Amino acid sequence: MSYDALIIGAGHNGLVAACYLARAGMKVCVVEKNDWIGGAAVSRELFPGFTYSNCSYVSSLFRPEIMRDLELPRHGLQILPYEGGAVLTRNGGYLAMFRDHDANRREFARHSPRDAEAYDRYSRDILRFCRFIRPMLMRTPPDPSRFRPRDLSELAFLGRQIGALSEGQIAAMVRFWTMSIADFLDEYFENPVIKAYLAVSAIIGTALGPMSPGSAYVLLHHYMGDVDGNVGAWGFARGGMGAITQALSKSLAAAGGEIRAGQGVDQVLVEGGRAVGVVLANGDEIRARRVISNMDVKRTFLGHVAEKDLPGDFVKRVRAFKTRGSSGKLNIALDAAPVFPALPEGSPMLKGDLHFTDSMERMERAYDDWKDGQFSRDPFQDAMIPTMIDPTMTPPGKHFMSCFVQYAPPKIAGRDWTDADRDAFRDTCLNQIEAYAPGFKNKVLHVEVRTPRELEAEVGLTEGNIFQGELTFDQLLFNRPVPGYADYRSPIRDLWICGSSTHPGGGVMGAPGRNAAAEILRDAKLGTRGMRDAYPVL
Amino acid sequence: MTDLTHWRRPLRQTPFHPRTAALNRLNLWGPWGGYTTALAFDDVAMEHTAIRNAASVYDLCPMVKYRIRGVQAAEYLNRLTLRNAGNLPVGSVHYTAWTDDAGKLLDDGTLFRHGPEDFLICCQERHLPWLLDSAAGFDVAITEVTEDIAALSLQGPCSASVLRAAGFAIDGLKPFRMANFRFAGGTLTISRTGFTGDLGYELWTSPDLALPLWDHLFEVGAPWGIRAIGTEALDLARIEAGFIIANMDFVPASQAVREDRARSPFEMGLDWMIDWQKGHFTGRRALLAEREAGSKWALVGLDIEGNTPATGALIYTGKGREAGFVTAACWSPATKRNLALAQVGRRYLTGPLQVEVYALRELQYARLMLAAEVVPRPFFAPDRRRATPPGDF
Ligand SMILES: Cc1cc2nc3c(=O)[nH]c(=O)nc-3n(C[C@H](O)[C@H](O)[C@H](O)COP(=O)(O)OP(=O)(O)OC[C@H]3O[C@@H](n4cnc5c(N)ncnc54)[C@H](O)[C@@H]3O)c2cc1C
Repeated sequence: MSYDALIIGAGHNGLVAACYLARAGMKVCVVEKNDWIGGAAVSRELFPGFTYSNCSYVSSLFRPEIMRDLELPRHGLQILPYEGGAVLTRNGGYLAMFRDHDANRREFARHSPRDAEAYDRYSRDILRFCRFIRPMLMRTPPDPSRFRPRDLSELAFLGRQIGALSEGQIAAMVRFWTMSIADFLDEYFENPVIKAYLAVSAIIGTALGPMSPGSAYVLLHHYMGDVDGNVGAWGFARGGMGAITQALSKSLAAAGGEIRAGQGVDQVLVEGGRAVGVVLANGDEIRARRVISNMDVKRTFLGHVAEKDLPGDFVKRVRAFKTRGSSGKLNIALDAAPVFPALPEGSPMLKGDLHFTDSMERMERAYDDWKDGQFSRDPFQDAMIPTMIDPTMTPPGKHFMSCFVQYAPPKIAGRDWTDADRDAFRDTCLNQIEAYAPGFKNKVLHVEVRTPRELEAEVGLTEGNIFQGELTFDQLLFNRPVPGYADYRSPIRDLWICGSSTHPGGGVMGAPGRNAAAEILRDAKLGTRGMRDAYPVL
Repeated sequence: MTDLTHWRRPLRQTPFHPRTAALNRLNLWGPWGGYTTALAFDDVAMEHTAIRNAASVYDLCPMVKYRIRGVQAAEYLNRLTLRNAGNLPVGSVHYTAWTDDAGKLLDDGTLFRHGPEDFLICCQERHLPWLLDSAAGFDVAITEVTEDIAALSLQGPCSASVLRAAGFAIDGLKPFRMANFRFAGGTLTISRTGFTGDLGYELWTSPDLALPLWDHLFEVGAPWGIRAIGTEALDLARIEAGFIIANMDFVPASQAVREDRARSPFEMGLDWMIDWQKGHFTGRRALLAEREAGSKWALVGLDIEGNTPATGALIYTGKGREAGFVTAACWSPATKRNLALAQVGRRYLTGPLQVEVYALRELQYARLMLAAEVVPRPFFAPDRRRATPPGDF
């Protein structure tokens, strides 16, 4: 039996691509090495009665155009906006965040009256950058070194985007893409806690510190999404992030597509310079008209394609693609809600993101440990308790707490992580929370600890990089994943890539999978009628 | 200092809230600058009538206020704003505006000179970082004092009579002058200013005196039919007076996400404020260039055919080319005209204009193309607003 399209990996991007192809009439099969689907958008029950968001934990980037095209709400997807959030400070205080503009201004004013009134200009500037970048998310980047009609028309589109800006805006944009978040925030704010809160999005999943050039763009990457038009807002997927990939799998089934879990790919079959199928780890062969890899670009080409089938230059570029892991995660089952004495009773802060790093200097020091090949002794944690809002993930009164941690290196001082390292990492994180929520550790029922080692072993993320490749400017747009191959193609005919290694990058966004499908459908002369263009910002 | 539980009430109550809440029969409130404010109390038409016929009271507390003090306060304000603050006598007020370096409006507002080195800016939007950054090199202290001042606007032909009855000798107070009075053991500042284009005053005091002031005014004002008014009635009056509001009639440059939304003083009809002789001020170079090269937009008053308010309407030339948009509109009870404030591309001002109005006719919109004529502002400017001593009605 042969398929029109065989997709390696049931991550959300693989599933998005599969859905679009199936809906366009192709016979589609997705093979996934794990017994479950979802990749880094997955919810598993590892402790009885508790569903985790094991990797990704919040949603904003996932494009509503895709949800609509693929009818995901009909297949059960619900995104829940959340309110609140706080940085707990070492002096026993806190800075909270509120959805209400005036409440937020007054909260900022508690820390700095000046910063309270600086926020409007700051958000205006971020919104300007979002308006620029957003239309590019759902397009294939042009190849500036080639002159095919599509490259020219995409270059012209880029030119028009830039042409619409004033000279001042172009300068501001170029600075923003290349500068550090610390320098950027210093231009607006004076208060260290406010800056620490705002810098968070610039270091999440990133092997950069807040003072590293290039970190500002990472912040934009986390701001350019929205929840129902509320730009920059984040939400929970009801039932955990796995609900997104579950809805995608239902949409795929409705379109006649097939998923085979527990069937890892060993090798892509190449015959006569064309990809013609895969050989599974169990030795079975599946034939297909085209093969699309949802694995990251390194795993795909360095792990599952014979090097002799690839140009040397390409292999060199793929090797050079930066995938340095920087993050870890704790998924915690709690017997009861933690109590943070600093936070006023009944406050919405617990429903949002909680941080314990109250200055960018502390973040930078946490990064220094990473550079030394150690996990951070005083880590940055983005802690959330989705069950404050989502009643479906735990028994009533119990809670699931998700702690995303920076920084954790791919290797400890050059050697592999050991179980002892992992346990020490866990204890460091739990102790940090305990310091702000006495009695916290006594409520812990179960912890799933994930260092880059676990992320690589389970999801296949090379070096544990959560974005399938770093989001630095040298690896974006037409340089993602490597120059000349930003159009989701590869040097091997009929072998495509559709994961977060491709434009526009990582996060649960779906855009790489959608854009790859668009290219494949154009190539197959099937057209892209079932895809809508990006919605405007504001 | 804000308390830790401020978020429980994101919309604050002003110091006058106990009184406005008791009077608000419709229970109609709207947010303004982080406060709960009355949109209407019982009947917008009656409230507007109080502004034009008797005496009306409007709670002004949410206006943003900055105190500027220091030996170089006047110099600083000359640098910051368009008008000449140095020429503003102590005890006087002027309406002014300020721009960014590109000459685009950040806000307009009133500037009060309380002493040689003591000013108060009263405006719609928040600007603390801009004001502080602009102070580099000037010996001034800038503080945000919005919550330290309780303010009421007392407007209408009988407003002077109410103040006289209240025991305040305001007969000699000319427009844009202010005076201090002793009141309830504290100080009350009365300025002859307002946002209605009518005879009127604004009253400024400390928050602890807010309720005694309100009670006193309503007690002595009863014979003149003193009445609390909400934002809807005030909005009618301010359109009649031809006044503009940031974020309603123009987008402040500091908030404009689309670069082309920012407007210059020329484009908002505020160029008369510019003192070209006073020396350098922020935006001067850009504004000089614009004076030479010409401006793209103009803020105009429109008198529109028929009686359907043209709220939010697009404006077209006689030939159907899009020419601009309405920023505020109403059927004006005081002038019996269908009025609008609008931004129109300058090059379209010479020919005929029409506005596209969607008129709600029993659940169904009818699309109307109505002829519009550019007319001078203010639309309504009775002599009584300027008379000194003010009329004894
Ligand atoms: C800990 C963590 C937290 C994160 N938090 C967030 C967040 O809160 N919000 C957000 O938007 N993003 C977050 N991200 C990023 C986001 O989850 C990822 O960028 C995104 O899910 C990647 O999706 P993908 O479809 O491109 O690839 P993946 O999810 O990596 O999917 C690849 C799939 O391929 C499979 N596979 C690998 N090798 C083989 C093989 N040989 N044969 C068959 N199948 C194979 C894998 O098992 C996997 O299912 C987080 C990521 C991590 C790891």
